[in-house]
Amino acid sequence: MDISIFEVAGPVMIGPSSSHTAGAAKLARVARILVGQPFSHVSFGLHGSFARTYKGHGTDRALVAGALGLREDDERLARSFELAATQGITFDFHEIELDGAHENSVKITFTLKDRLQPPFTVVGSSVGGGQILITEINGFEAELTAQSPTLIISQYDKKGVVSEVSTVLANHNINIGVMKLSRKGKGELASCIIETDGEVPAAVVESLRQIKNVLTVCAISAI
Amino acid sequence: MYSNTRELLAISRERGLALWQVILENEQQLHEMTETQVFELLAQRYAVMAASASKALEQPCRTAGSLIEGITQDQYAYAKKGETLCGPLINRVMARALSCSEVNASMGRICAAPTAGSCGILPAVLISVSEQLGCTSRQTLEGLLTASGIGAIMMKNATVSGAEGGCQAECGVAAAMAAAAAVQMAGGNPSMIMNACALALMNVMGLVCDPVAGLVQVPCAQRNASQAVNALLSADLAMGGMVSIIPLDEVIEAMYRVGRLMPYQLRETALGGLAATPTGRAISNKIFGGPL
Repeated sequence: MDISIFEVAGPVMIGPSSSHTAGAAKLARVARILVGQPFSHVSFGLHGSFARTYKGHGTDRALVAGALGLREDDERLARSFELAATQGITFDFHEIELDGAHENSVKITFTLKDRLQPPFTVVGSSVGGGQILITEINGFEAELTAQSPTLIISQYDKKGVVSEVSTVLANHNINIGVMKLSRKGKGELASCIIETDGEVPAAVVESLRQIKNVLTVCAISAI
Repeated sequence: MYSNTRELLAISRERGLALWQVILENEQQLHEMTETQVFELLAQRYAVMAASASKALEQPCRTAGSLIEGITQDQYAYAKKGETLCGPLINRVMARALSCSEVNASMGRICAAPTAGSCGILPAVLISVSEQLGCTSRQTLEGLLTASGIGAIMMKNATVSGAEGGCQAECGVAAAMAAAAAVQMAGGNPSMIMNACALALMNVMGLVCDPVAGLVQVPCAQRNASQAVNALLSADLAMGGMVSIIPLDEVIEAMYRVGRLMPYQLRETALGGLAATPTGRAISNKIFGGPL
């Protein structure tokens, strides 16, 4: 049996809905990790069932809680609007249509404190039982479940970058489970998502950042 | 090792192990965990269950639309008074199941089992049976382990999603899990555990998911109470010697197929059943300013 008993007796979460509350909070929390820098405003574009039923299930408060970094079982989740106010973070909700997206999907747009930088966007879905799938990061296609430790690397599409990344990981005895590459165009910005079998230590993340043509590296532990 | 309940039972028979021991071995292999680690995690989950099963007994929790606010307190007061038809065990089981549902609807902390909407059934049965029989915490956790192991098989071979299989897949699976736990805790044998599961699922076959205003409140809370009772009576029937004529794996498969045959209006969309009654629609309009 490959399904864990803790998937059945679990997750521990704030109610009322694993998909509309716990999954929503997790989506926004992972998005916050991906942003990795201070932001002043978060805009939530709600699609499908999220747009129709978000108020009754506390999806709105769950999303804000996640954006503030609260976990899905944190009882402060119900008071996230007040918490955001004390942290000086504003937010809004609106309905959007995301083509072909899962019923429970959201597009999260972070306005960064560093005003010279463009907004950071993450699109993802709550796929049931509190599980999530992030499908787009800053316009790049993604397939991120955050069930295994994951590295999200943005780089210039240049020869040798991918090989150097895998060499650094191999030298630190980290095995690559899944690797997905995408790029805007030949030689332009590219994105690389790597699921690893073990957690990636901070020192290794730092070595990856030193690689020529690598712009940013974000490490997400299994959550 | 096993992929259905027949194989699980066969391993338990061949090796002379309790079902929970086989399930434990499987879990240890899955996560490379020791027995102590698995039981520690189970104890953490049980602590969350116990807290949510008692939180609303004495004080109401505020819920969106206030559809079930305070129902637990009333039921618990009635159960304590003692002049009831079904006696203290059944009435307390119902109060505890309602408490979990009320806490869940109020954005409180719960442990999904197998889902948030059905989170009251297993805790209510574990706590009440443990209290009734004077079980040790280890025996109670063995009950939880048995229930979760069989629940994993139902998740794998059928579904536990109301959107896919209706309420029978959420509260029905929870009742089958709780029935398994109750038999384990009462000292029943592995065949009795499987029969109790099958009977509980049989009793709930075809139940639709029709939440009023799409909220996880009515009839979810009431079904948590009634399915916790279903678990207990199925456990007693099995321990009294009743055998399910249809084997458990076939009952699970049948439940899944019934779910597939259900129109989408009766699968968590709030478009049919109680949600589509004039009063159900009026409540939805009042809370959301229109139908969902």
